[in-house]
Amino acid sequence: MSGHIVTEASVREILDQIPYARALAIEPLLMGDELTLILPYRPDIIGNPMLKALHGGAVGAFLETTALVQTWLMSEPHCLPKPISINLDYLRRGHPKKTFARAQVAKQGARVANVRVRAWQDSYEEPISILHGHFMLARVKD
Amino acid sequence: MSDKETAERLQRLWDLAPMFVEGTPHAKFLGIKFVAIDLGRATLSLPYNADHIGNPKTRVVHGGVLTALLDQASGLAAVSSFEQPNPVATLDLRIDYMRAGKPGQTMIAEAHAYKTTRHIAFVRAVAHDGDVNDPVATAQAAFMTTAKGKTRATSPLERTKAVDSLPNTERGAS
Repeated sequence: MSGHIVTEASVREILDQIPYARALAIEPLLMGDELTLILPYRPDIIGNPMLKALHGGAVGAFLETTALVQTWLMSEPHCLPKPISINLDYLRRGHPKKTFARAQVAKQGARVANVRVRAWQDSYEEPISILHGHFMLARVKD
Repeated sequence: MSDKETAERLQRLWDLAPMFVEGTPHAKFLGIKFVAIDLGRATLSLPYNADHIGNPKTRVVHGGVLTALLDQASGLAAVSSFEQPNPVATLDLRIDYMRAGKPGQTMIAEAHAYKTTRHIAFVRAVAHDGDVNDPVATAQAAFMTTAKGKTRATSPLERTKAVDSLPNTERGAS
């Protein structure tokens, strides 16, 4: 675990810098060093209007953003990584309500981080979707 | 299936497909546009939009936007690979990001349901910004039809008859 202190405000700041995260209105929730992102329900993230199911792409984008922000949070100095490859499993239908996601960096190497993310709605034990993927840690060159 | 029936199915798909895209709120929100459809194949496009940016420094589109585009195109290819064009649900989706999309360029997604069983369609898709041989991202996905009761897949033979040629990426180096 990195020694620097991350605040909810600093996570919000990085989310604000990502136009697409702003478009999805993603919100941070920080408890100690554990970050949860929240995807609020909005009618324009629906994929199947008959079933009122969330769009797999919107859920996928949310999971990917969670992975990006978690890797950003754990990188020293902070940098937004680039996705290399991601795998998304859709386990349950996303209902028209708040979705939560939490990421775990399974391994962080010098260049690549392996990240796992879980998204859930009613219960953490009943994930609606799971991501695992590899992210390239961009070196900051100013 | 006779040529006439295939032609009728194709016509029905061309009538339905734009509505499948327009009737998907999130696809509409992103600005995804219907381009073309065939039995087991679909092409969609997404014009560049500053709201889709993932990295403000490079102005490159967020990977999640490509995920949504590839998911939508793959889903449509899956829908068109079943005899009845019923909605499908994504089981899994794998995306490989080959390179950053060029800022300002429209993104095109081409999807192909290369195998469909009674309930499941297996799809490959590629997203590019002009040259299909220089992909921005590729996807591999499995979809399940949400239709109740018996469903039937289009046999690969029928599909081949309806399709003139394969995209360059699947023909290999030629």
